[in-house]
Amino acid sequence: MTWLKQLFSHRRLYSDLSDEMQQHLDEKIEELVVTGMSRKEATAAARRAFGNLTLIEHDSRDVWRWPSVESLFADLRYALRTLRKSPGFTATAIVTLALGIGANTAIFMLLDAIRLRSLPVQDPQELAEVRITDSGHQGMGLNQQYGELTRPLWQEIRDHQQSFSGVFAWSVNLRYVGRGSEMRHFHELRVSGDFFRILGVRPFRGRLLMPEDEAACPMTSAVVSYAYWQSELGGRELSPAIKLVVDNEIVEIVGVTPPDFFGMVVGEGFDIAVPFCEPKDGLRRDTFEVSVMGRLKPGATIQRASAEEDALSPGVFEATIPPGRDMRWTEIYKHFRLAAYPASTGVSALRDYDHSLFLILGIAGLVLLIACTNLANLMLARASVRQREMAVRLALGASHARLIRQLLTESLLLAATGAAMGIALAQSLSRLLVWSFSTEGAEANLQMVTDWRVLLFAAGAAAFTCVVFGIAPALRATRAEPISAMKAGGRGTTGGRERFSMQRLLVVTQVSVSLVLLVGALLFVRSFRNLMTFDPGMRESGITDAFLGFWQSNLPKERWADFQRELLEEVRSVPGVLNAATTTNTPLLGGSWQHGVHIGSQEGNSKFTWVSPDYFETMGIPVITGRGFRQNDTTSSPRVALVNETFVRRYLNGANPIGQTLRTSPEPDYPATVYEIVGVIPDTKYNDLRGETPPMTFAPASQFPGQGPWTEVMIHSNLAPAAVAAAAKRVIAEKHPDVVTQFADFQREIRDGLVEERMMATLSGFFGLLAVLLAVVGLYGVISYIVAMRRNEIGIRMALGASRSDVIGIIVRQTLVLLALGVGVGVLLALVAVRSASSLLFGLQPNDPLTFAGASALLVTIALIASFLPARRASRVDPMVALRYE
Amino acid sequence: MKKSEQRDLFPGALEMMILRTLKRQPLHGYALVQHIKRTSNDLLQIEEGSLYPALQRLLKEELVKAEWGISSTNRRVRIYKLTAAGSKHLEHEVSRFEKMLEGITRVLAPGEL
Repeated sequence: MTWLKQLFSHRRLYSDLSDEMQQHLDEKIEELVVTGMSRKEATAAARRAFGNLTLIEHDSRDVWRWPSVESLFADLRYALRTLRKSPGFTATAIVTLALGIGANTAIFMLLDAIRLRSLPVQDPQELAEVRITDSGHQGMGLNQQYGELTRPLWQEIRDHQQSFSGVFAWSVNLRYVGRGSEMRHFHELRVSGDFFRILGVRPFRGRLLMPEDEAACPMTSAVVSYAYWQSELGGRELSPAIKLVVDNEIVEIVGVTPPDFFGMVVGEGFDIAVPFCEPKDGLRRDTFEVSVMGRLKPGATIQRASAEEDALSPGVFEATIPPGRDMRWTEIYKHFRLAAYPASTGVSALRDYDHSLFLILGIAGLVLLIACTNLANLMLARASVRQREMAVRLALGASHARLIRQLLTESLLLAATGAAMGIALAQSLSRLLVWSFSTEGAEANLQMVTDWRVLLFAAGAAAFTCVVFGIAPALRATRAEPISAMKAGGRGTTGGRERFSMQRLLVVTQVSVSLVLLVGALLFVRSFRNLMTFDPGMRESGITDAFLGFWQSNLPKERWADFQRELLEEVRSVPGVLNAATTTNTPLLGGSWQHGVHIGSQEGNSKFTWVSPDYFETMGIPVITGRGFRQNDTTSSPRVALVNETFVRRYLNGANPIGQTLRTSPEPDYPATVYEIVGVIPDTKYNDLRGETPPMTFAPASQFPGQGPWTEVMIHSNLAPAAVAAAAKRVIAEKHPDVVTQFADFQREIRDGLVEERMMATLSGFFGLLAVLLAVVGLYGVISYIVAMRRNEIGIRMALGASRSDVIGIIVRQTLVLLALGVGVGVLLALVAVRSASSLLFGLQPNDPLTFAGASALLVTIALIASFLPARRASRVDPMVALRYE
Repeated sequence: MKKSEQRDLFPGALEMMILRTLKRQPLHGYALVQHIKRTSNDLLQIEEGSLYPALQRLLKEELVKAEWGISSTNRRVRIYKLTAAGSKHLEHEVSRFEKMLEGITRVLAPGEL
């Protein structure tokens, strides 16, 4: 009989056994009755001869039992009963664990969603992306977000590759839907014809885009995401009558993608997917706008695909050289290499937060450790109370292993309950986290799923906690010598040194770990404050930035510059506007515009911005030498430029900058041009607050060679940004209803860019304080416990003449020793730990002495206050009462 | 922890006697215990019930097998039979027991102290 059959046939076995034994008794009774006994006597005699019926039945059944499993159930039952008897302890433990495991799981869920989870498409592990190695193309023409290759490059790869069963290209853009002032932003996903087929995405409604949809511009059909279909189209059934104005073209919505499909960018999602189309004037060779991906042929590997792409590279780049570049650039371009990279998880800008998220996960893990240490202390205290019980059981022959197993069952039960509640809690906590790094303009669009990885993580966390808070007390409880434990009954005069050593060790650990977290928290909070109060060298508050687009006005190209000036004047005339100027690049918001420059014999790069005359005044940037731009710097006047101090330092070797010239390297639409430097401005930050200031050049907007049907205006006003925006919007909508307008509060936009720092400061601050609180509770608990255990001793001391302050002194000294040890170890640990955070800090060193001193002082102060309470209680001990217990 | 059983016999003795009895003929529990008692001339003090845990152990180790049947006294009883493995085990045990007995007898033999 196999064990499985045994397990299931137990019931049958047991009833057979009872029947059989009853038969035995009946037979015996009848035999005795035949010999002349009364039935009553016979029954008694038969039972006597048989022995203890119940016990024998029990023993017989025992033969069949599966000891480990059945005793595990017994342990669980026992653990449940014990935990029910101390509801306070149980509740504390479960809530602590649920919060700790919940917080950790929530952060892990976020990491899982951003980094680990595969795209919801067919066989995602077969997907690979083809890119230029080392991102060498950055700064080589226009770079769109997630844009790795140009459209001509994509066509070359599509036509020549062999390792993929199919390839596709895509790009994402923020575009406009609707007309004029009715226009709204939407997230556009632009795809090659085979995109949906290769990904294996099936339509939710209608049909998805197909190779036939990819044709000459304008495009005529599009599909929408499920979310957009629900929110913007009201989930209506599709019909040819449903048309949208997408990017100024009328398109028919032919299908809806399934609800779980969000495109290729994790965390962003898309609204409308449109097919690639071929513009009349051909594809641009200098715009890196698409990402190219493919599905590997069965049995093909990334390495093989990579090798093949590498071999294709020379031909592919030779055939797609961007025009209008000088020799040096062209040579660099021709030497690019292609390679294939795994793409099963898609792409995501949120992966820039990785470092922060892992750090926060580490911090949350340490908080969980501190929480577990508190529980371990509670368990130890319980263990001392139960020492007598354990001693009795050991004396009766229970093995140590058996008792440890039983105590661990208790911890396991707590940890499992905590983990289950933690997972439930993590659902909402993780959403809170996502919200914490969403900004008004860009909500992180992440699908939080409790998948096997998350469950495994939570189970791991539970097992970890169980080991941390369960093992030590279990070992401790069963180590007791039965004789001494039963004799003393846990009531010695003073516990031996060794008696509290475990608790002391735990408290020192807690204090040191919480100091590490407090130091981290202070560093992040101070760093965030530094960023918030940092002066980038220009005006931030009171500035509204406006984007004005007039591509629907059908103006000829020659009129664009004039129309921009008209729009600027209209904005300037709005009541409350102090000053306004156009710029080709809004500072501090991440945008970058660079050209190669030659100054004398020197060669290098400089950032370029074309601005209207009042730009420097609007932004509060002084011109320190020379002049600013004037109305008479026009298309026909000599080309002039202002440069910043870094430019002067790097390229002019201390010569007087005024009157010097610089020449730009040629690029498509931007022919080589000689500029005369007419002024110098101080160094300001360029596109973010953290970066070093690069060499910067400013030129007059009127001399901008790359005009487009749009302009960006920086507006300085003493009104609230919202009021200015509303007023300007009204003025422009009245006069030019077909101009697209978009306004934003410059300062808010800068702060939205600090969302990672804000998240780090908030979360590390929260966890740091929580850690201190937990550590102090732990310290308080241990000191109280020690005081309770030393009651008799204190009573004797007082009876012998010790004063109250003497008693307080004894206890506080004991605390101080623990604190000093904890802080000492903590400082050492923190010095090592903060190194991992140094790249995230701004304006202070990771080993900032003030932060370390502040954190230590704060921790020691709180801890001393917490230990003073039990110390005072000790000093109130009445010697008579204390000694009577002996 | 399992309590050690209180027995007058040494461990394994009862099992050995059960196997030996069943080798002769298949029997049900009551008949089995009566037979052992009778054959030993009531020299052995056996609690009748103690037969059953021993039978369960033998069943588990597949040294005997059991079937429900009808006894000579027309009762529905469970009849135990020796299996091939049981028969082999019996031989082995008996030879071990004889060796042990021989050893004990020699030590207890008078005059050699």
